[in-house]
Amino acid sequence: MAVAETSPLHQFTVESLVPIHVGTFNLSFSNSALFMVIAVALITAFLVLSTRGARLVPTRWQSLAELSYEFVAGMVRENVGHEGRPYFPFVFSIFMFVLFGNLISLIPGSFAFTAHIVVTFALALTVFIAVTLVGFIRHGFHFLSFFVPRGMPALMVPLMVPIEILSYLFRPISLSVRLFANMMAGHTMLLVFAGFILSLGVFGVLPLAIDVALILFEVLVAVLQAYVFAILTCLYFQDAIHLH
Amino acid sequence: MDLQSARMIGAGLAVIALAGVGTGIGAIFSSLVSSIARNPAARGQVFGLGMVGFALTEAVALYALLIAFLILFV
Repeated sequence: MAVAETSPLHQFTVESLVPIHVGTFNLSFSNSALFMVIAVALITAFLVLSTRGARLVPTRWQSLAELSYEFVAGMVRENVGHEGRPYFPFVFSIFMFVLFGNLISLIPGSFAFTAHIVVTFALALTVFIAVTLVGFIRHGFHFLSFFVPRGMPALMVPLMVPIEILSYLFRPISLSVRLFANMMAGHTMLLVFAGFILSLGVFGVLPLAIDVALILFEVLVAVLQAYVFAILTCLYFQDAIHLH
Repeated sequence: MDLQSARMIGAGLAVIALAGVGTGIGAIFSSLVSSIARNPAARGQVFGLGMVGFALTEAVALYALLIAFLILFV
């Protein structure tokens, strides 16, 4: 699907920076991969450098690093409880990766790797498989009792169980499309309004003002979507561990 | 009718769904504000839940917007 240069969707095209071909597989290092590496490098630098020489009365950067840790730890503790502690690194990694990915994409000239359905679907599928595996390992086949909500009359079971199963299987799709559509719509909207700035001449101040407000809104959406992804992961873990 | 015009009409029809989403998000925040007004101490818990509700509802808006973009550009 070749997108025209003037289309607002052109910003999402993946270009290979370092071509690497293994047999028939195209494993090129793309601009998407570059920004993922940048995001991980920034997260690592932020966490490692901020907590170097950790003091009891924290410095500003150390406070920020501890804040992000405590935020996700509190989220896992509240939503999954004590049995959720082994899954904290997973939730923390996902939260920081999505958060930094979303925020980095707001820098002009950068690339939004979370605005690709393949990336968000990979993350959501990982969460789905992890949660389902945890459920089966903990409860064995009793995990299937999750699809029969508590206190349901036996007459409704043949009707409700397929609906419950379907809504469970819909989780990776909704989780991935939520993040993907938010990011893609936000960035596309920014570019569409930006296209109007020059063509309107003097009145181009209006789309410019709208774009400034939109970038503020996009920062909020970036943080909120990372938070929602993480908290839904926690809620899915709670469903798998505590069933009903 | 040529393809481009049909695409524009399709995209316009697809975003009619956002009316329902706007109502839903307004309902969430209206109940958030009244519950904080009744019990300001519950703000911490209620706010987090309100944000989750907002994001889940907005996801539906973005499914509709996604279809509109698909119709328009793909």
